[in-house]
Formats: sequence, structure tokens, C-alpha cells
Amino acid sequence: MKFETVIGLEIHAQLKTESKIFCGCSTKFGAPPNSHTCPVCLGLPGSLPVLNKKVVEFAIKMGLATGSDINRINQFARKNYFYPDLPKGYQTSQFDLPIVEHGEVEIEVDGKKRVIGITRMHMEEDAGKLIHDDREPVSYVDLNRTGTPLLEIVSEPDIRSPEEAAAYLRKIHAILRYLDICDGNMQEGSFRCDANISLRPVGQEKLGTRTELKNMNSFRNVQSALEYEVRRQRDILMEGGTIVQETLLWNPDRNCTESMRSKDDAHDYRYFPCPDLVPVRIDDAWIEEIRATLPELPEARKLRFIQEYELPEHDASLLTNSRELADYFETAAKACNQPKKVSNWMMTELMRELKGEELSTCKVGAEQLGSLVNMVETGTISGKIAKTVFLEMMASGKGPETVVEEQNLGQVSNESELLTIVRRIIADNPGQVTDFKGGKTKLMSYFVGQLMQKTKGQANPALANKLFTQELAG
Amino acid sequence: MNPYELTIAEATKQLAAGSLSSRELTQSCLERIEAVDIKVKAFLVVNAEQALLQADEADKILACGEAKPLCGIPLSLKDLLCTKGVVTTCGSRMLENFIPPYDATVVEKLKGQGAVLLGKVAMDEFAMGSTSESCAFRVPENPWKLGFVSGGSSGGSAASVAALECPASLGSDTGGSIRQPASLCGIVGMKPTYGLVSRYGLVAFASSLDQIGPLTRDVTDCALMMNAISGYDAKDSTSVRQETPDFTASIIEGVQGMRVGVPREYFGEGLDPEVKAVVTHGIEVLRDAGAEIVEVSLPRTDYCVAVYYLIATAEASSNLARYDGVSYGFRDQEVHSLMEMYKETRSHGFGAEVKRRILIGTYALSAGYYDAYYKKASQVRTLILNDFNRAFEQCDVLISPVVPTPAWKIGEKADNPLAMYLSDVLTISANLAGIPGISVPGGFSRDGLPIGIQLQGAHFREDSLFKVAYNLERGLKLLPQRPGIT
Ligand SMILES: [Zn+2]
Repeated sequence: MKFETVIGLEIHAQLKTESKIFCGCSTKFGAPPNSHTCPVCLGLPGSLPVLNKKVVEFAIKMGLATGSDINRINQFARKNYFYPDLPKGYQTSQFDLPIVEHGEVEIEVDGKKRVIGITRMHMEEDAGKLIHDDREPVSYVDLNRTGTPLLEIVSEPDIRSPEEAAAYLRKIHAILRYLDICDGNMQEGSFRCDANISLRPVGQEKLGTRTELKNMNSFRNVQSALEYEVRRQRDILMEGGTIVQETLLWNPDRNCTESMRSKDDAHDYRYFPCPDLVPVRIDDAWIEEIRATLPELPEARKLRFIQEYELPEHDASLLTNSRELADYFETAAKACNQPKKVSNWMMTELMRELKGEELSTCKVGAEQLGSLVNMVETGTISGKIAKTVFLEMMASGKGPETVVEEQNLGQVSNESELLTIVRRIIADNPGQVTDFKGGKTKLMSYFVGQLMQKTKGQANPALANKLFTQELAG
Repeated sequence: MNPYELTIAEATKQLAAGSLSSRELTQSCLERIEAVDIKVKAFLVVNAEQALLQADEADKILACGEAKPLCGIPLSLKDLLCTKGVVTTCGSRMLENFIPPYDATVVEKLKGQGAVLLGKVAMDEFAMGSTSESCAFRVPENPWKLGFVSGGSSGGSAASVAALECPASLGSDTGGSIRQPASLCGIVGMKPTYGLVSRYGLVAFASSLDQIGPLTRDVTDCALMMNAISGYDAKDSTSVRQETPDFTASIIEGVQGMRVGVPREYFGEGLDPEVKAVVTHGIEVLRDAGAEIVEVSLPRTDYCVAVYYLIATAEASSNLARYDGVSYGFRDQEVHSLMEMYKETRSHGFGAEVKRRILIGTYALSAGYYDAYYKKASQVRTLILNDFNRAFEQCDVLISPVVPTPAWKIGEKADNPLAMYLSDVLTISANLAGIPGISVPGGFSRDGLPIGIQLQGAHFREDSLFKVAYNLERGLKLLPQRPGIT
């Protein structure tokens, strides 16, 4: 039997506001425990929430960027449950009236384009963190993160493969980064993802029993976890078994999913409208004001790269996947006026040498890469030497000019210097000279090769060609 | 006359004239507390030292002639208003040792006026009750007749003002918790329009119904207190952004041209004949003063108790979830797991009435019941508001009893929560509709127990309430009457 995979993703994006969603406390990461707190985010008796307008603005931005409907009246609701990292005993979230609904994004996997629907996005507050003591059976509560604004983005169950899930996740990530409303750091938890996944026989309308996957803190983990879960569910179904609806945690060390041991599966959160917050009213003028501030988004930027820089679609697509990459490209391309060359450099050398690290950690600045490309174009160094120079730049962070100068890697373009060597090579190889003159013009590359050997690759190839042609013609 | 007997308006005159100092006034109130509170049991905490320091501060400002209206006036606060550095218990074991790191907005405002804060007064636990008997620490008694309830939940506020321990107090009103004790103790109590007074720092019972308001000995003082505490507060999203009027401007004689509505549903079964007689007399007094009396109808009155006890308990079940023993308040230490800690802490930290209401509220919000209970109640709430809006097309204020009966003996209804809930029938609709209401002393029963008269007005029409209340007070000529307690 053939199965179809059905996946829906729930993304929690921490919004990059200066202050928390319902109080003035800082959202900065890494402060001493409980130092970024006040009566409101501590949930002290008598304290009341006041909505941070910036959070609404960011949610509207994301809604507009995904072609969604912005609900002119939306409302906060309380999600009631007990946990030590939740000081009020409820999370202030949105329930039946979220701020954003009915959006979509386009993804591309193996050259195939598909549209993934976005059911809804809603604003909510993050919870705190529990710190468990290594030795004693004691836990500590850090409420610095409590009240950090989150945008929960819920997709339709439109995703049909782990690859598509990864592509969708990257797309949402890219849009958030382009809008500059989330720093998108999956390791630090500012961009988190849970997945619902089920299988059904091809052709069947009804959805199969789903499991929920959590704890996938990298793009790679999301894909691996979903691939594992597809296999696991398929094996069970093939053997005639049934899928248990449960929450599973991805274990990246063992590369498998593990049951969370269903704690109260049917949790009743007793949602009801939060009486401390009046409904959020959004007028058209505000929406238009925000629309006017939207930056160029990945799709538009891709099209511009194709037109303006004459890049192939493949290059444009890859480079615009992330705002950082696209910005880097544009800066480098402007520095040397060689967009296609820059694109090649980025997609081969740069990607390889980054070894999966963030572009922001790269020691080679975009302008420096531009200069390097420029030095090849102007003949200061050869393409081959440039790769050596690039490696040194990655290691030391020095500019290309410095590296070339320090290691004396510049091309020898001094005509009289090269002419002496050219004449010596001609004198040392009488047989080849005779053959060349007899019509074996392919031997030119042999002569140039000899010259390169003697100059450790630093001879200007164009000049070398010219000199040999001139000397051998005599 | 002893300084403690003065109203705010009287005291302010003497303070301004220099014939009385805030220290003398404060000292006088503290002595009165010392003398009678052993019987009245209104105060949970008296901050004598701090109060005298504040009084000295006020005297300095008074000497400069730059005093604000409440400068140097001693007040008591219901113990659910957060006071920086002063324990705020909400009448509960759960918060027995809770010291807020901040002041409620109203407390800040009173301090800004130079008022003297004498201490915190008793209340029903988390404001849930009509007699203050659910207070975990002490039960205030009616200064007019010891052994009788002072009302609730702001029973300590009403008792402290009626017993002349202080000229005014701040309470909170979720379903009548200011107006009902004011009525039972023979003083004035106002529940302002929802959104007029900031709730920031008021420990929540039911957020969409709670409102802070004053309890005073006469209508003029009530207007003075309202001037001090009203106004938009950026810290409370439900507070309304608008100019606050000078409420004392409505303290004028004459109600010619005003229409006073008599809602027929408020005079039905269960109304004590003595209470009815007092209200009827009040109506005549207003008619004589020139008001037009019209009969109106509030047809959904019968549903108010049911709607109220669903919405109030639903909100309470969520508002009180934060008392979990984790970072402040009471924690049961004899436990071995997190779940056990929650259960034991909440089982032992809360009293019976609070637990009863948390259970009702949790039930009303539960999956499968939400639509039938919470949601339906919210819909009926809108209809109740519509009733009021229609009534206020026909009249400026509504006149009615506050409580169906005068005060009863402590313990008399303590085992019958339903009877207690039903006694709230005349006050809770104002909270559901968000409109203002005021209780004005109307007379006494044959047993010498006070009986109040309630006036209710349209949203933000406190001015109408003050005008009619003041004329009622003048016409009834009850002032000054003092309980015999010494
Ligand atoms: Zn805070």
C-alpha cells in the first residue's frame, strides 16, 4: 500500500521587540535570572497587562508579508494551566479571534513549486524557564523570558513531505528575517517548531491518526525527525498496527523520536476572553502605514536579482533564501561589478568554507570578497591564487590586498622579467619549439605551464601567452 | 466635638484654617481605633507610626498653603489594595505574609494628595462574600449593633467609617461589595462606572466586574474621594481615557427637572417591609424636592444572580490560579511532588467559599459546558445592559433598595451560600452593566439597624448620582447620627 504524508507545522517566533508584550521589561537574552522582571511579568497580585503596540505591528507585518487577512478586531484569551514557569497560572494568548488568518507562502522542492496555506497567526506571551539542579532534587524558576512576545504561526496540513516541511520552515524563517521581526535563532529558541504528522493511504480523504513532534531545534532536526516519523508510522501501518495519538520528542543524539509518556492527553485549557485586555482594534490607516514600511521580500528580491544582476534563477533563488546572504551578495557585487562571479564564489567557496556556520560569523566581509573578485578580474592575481588567498582571508580575517602583499602572491606582470624566463624556456626546449613551429600549436599550453612552474603560478597568463606567441614567431 | 467625628469636608476646613493639625486628627483616629476596634474588629493592620509620620508631612504641606484636597486626612484601605511594603492579605491565609513591592494606582493617588493611611481593613477572603465572615483573620461587626454583620465584602471599610475610626475608606465592589456594607452600616458608598477608577494594584476577584470606590459618612465626602481616585491610568487597559469632572460640582440643592426611575422588579418578593418603607419615603422626599418620579422596568433582573455567579466565578477561577505556592504566598511544605504541592497549597491556603467559587468557575469554563454557562451568561449580560440603556432613556437615575433586609446576625446565613448569593440581587446588575451606583443612608429599622437607598445611573453619569444623592441626604435630614459604640 502506498501512503501519503500529511504534515502541519506550528512555529513559535519570538518577536524582536525591545520590551515584553505586556510590561516594560527588557527582552534581552542572557541576563542574570529574574533580573528582567516586574510585578506584571511576575504575575503579582493586582498587576495588570498593557499590550505592547509594537507586537501588534510586527504581527501585522507578518500577516501582510504572507498575503493574510488581518482581523480588524481581535482578542486575547487566557489559556489556563498550572506549571511553575507560568506565574499567573494562565498564558495570555489568542483563541477564537486571532490577529491573522488565511495566509499562504510558496515553496519549491526539487524544482516543483507548491503553495502552503497558513491557518492563523496569533500573539501570545512566552513562559519562563526551569533550571534543574544537577545534584539536588531541586528546580529553580527564571522568569526573564516570561512575557517575551511570541507569534505562533500555524500552517494548514498542506505539507506532503519532510523536504517540503523544511522548505516551508526556511521560507517562514526567511520572511521573518527579511521583516527583521525575529532573530530566528533556533538554538537559543527564538524560532521554534512543532509538527503534526500523519499518514493516509493514497487517495483517502480522511486524515490518519497524527502524532505531535517536539524538541527539534534546527532545520536539519526538523527534517530528520519527520523522516524518522514517516518511516516509523509507515512500518506500523504496513504491519496492520494503529498509530497512537501522542506527543513525541526528537532525540538528536539517538536519531529517533521518543514518547513523552502522555501526561493528561486531553488537556482542557478552559480558554476564555481575557477581561484585563480590551479587544485589539486595527484600522485600515494603520495597516496601510505598516504596509508602506514593508521591505522587499524574498520573492521580489529574487526576481530583481534575475533582472538587475542577470543571475540564473537557481542562483537568485538560493541567494535570496536568507536576508543575510542576499545582503552579502549585493554588497560584494557592488564592490566589484561582477555579480555572476560573486554568486559563483558565494555558492562554492564561501558555502564550503562556512561549513554550516552562520554567515554572520564569517570573517570575510562582503566588500572584501568583492575586492578579491576584482583582483582576479584586473589580473592582479590568478583565479587559482585567489582560492589560496580566500582560505587565508577566512582564517585570518585579513583583506585580500594584505594577504597578497604579505605572501607575495601578486602576478608577475613585469614584461622584461617574464621575457627573460620565456627566452630561457625556448632555449631549453628545442624539440618542442620545432614541433610547435611545425603546426602543433597545442604545445602553447606546455610552454605556459613551464612558465607557471618557474614563477610558482604567479605569471600573468595573458601576458605569458602574448610573449610566447611573439618569441616563437621569430 | 472630637476630631475623629469630623467629615473630610469639615476636617479640611479646620486643617486649612490651622485650627486643627493632621497629627491631632490622626492621633484622634488612632485613639478611637484603640478604643473601639476591639469590638468592631475592622482593622487587620494599623500603621500608627507611619500614619503619624505622614500626618507630620501633611502638616508641613498644609503650613505652606499648597495642600491638595485630601491632605492630612486619615483613611483606611480594604486589604486587597496593594500597598508598597505593607502586608496585603486579601483576607486570606494564602497571602498572610505577602508584602507588595508596589502601590496600587489609587494608593499612589491618595499618597500624592497627602492623605494619611491608617491601615488595612478586614474583608471577605478575596472579596468573595456578603458579610466579611469569610475573612481568615477577623470578622468585623456592625458598629450600630455588635454581633450583627457589617456586610461584605468591604465590611472592614464600612465598619471603620461607621465606627468613626476614620472619615473614609476605599473598598472594592464586584457585585455590591461597597454599596451593601455601606447600606448595612448606615454610610455612603459608591461603585463608580467600570473604567473610571484604575484597577491597577487591586487584587482581582472578577476583572470585568471589579471596581474600586469610596465609603464615606456623607455624599460630599464621597465626591471628594471620587475626585481623588478617578482618572485614566495607562497601567490599566480597561480604564477609560477621558477627562474626569469635579464631582463636588454636583453637590447642589434642587433636583427640578430630573427624572427618577423606580424599577418595579426591585420591589418584588422577599423585600423587607421596613426596607420598602424607607425607600418609599426616599422617593417622596425626592418628589417633594422637585424630581419627576417614573416607573420603569428591568425585565432581566431575575437572571442577574445566575449570570453574575457564572461570570464572576469563571474569572475568579483564572485570576486565583496564580496562588500556586511557587514564588510568593503560602506554600504547603509537607509535600513530595509538584502536583501534590499545588493541591495541598490550594486546599489549605484558601477558605471554603473561595474554593467553592473556584470550582463553580472552573466548571463553567470547562469543555462541553463553556457554551451553556460562560458564553450564555456573557450573552445575557449584554441583554441586561440593554435593559439599563432603555431604562435610562426614560430617567436620569434609578432608585431602589440596596439589600432586601437590614443587617443580620453573624453566623445566621454562613451555612447557606445560596441565601447569601440571593441577597446580592439588587446590587449585582450594576456590575454586570458597568454602570455606577451609590448607597445613601435612608433610615433605620425598628431594631436600630441602618437601611440604605440605592441610586444607579448611566455610564459616567456619577454627576447625576451625586446630585440626587445629595438632595436625598438633605431631604431625609438623618445627619448627623452616630452609633452608640464607645
Ligand atoms: Zn515585566
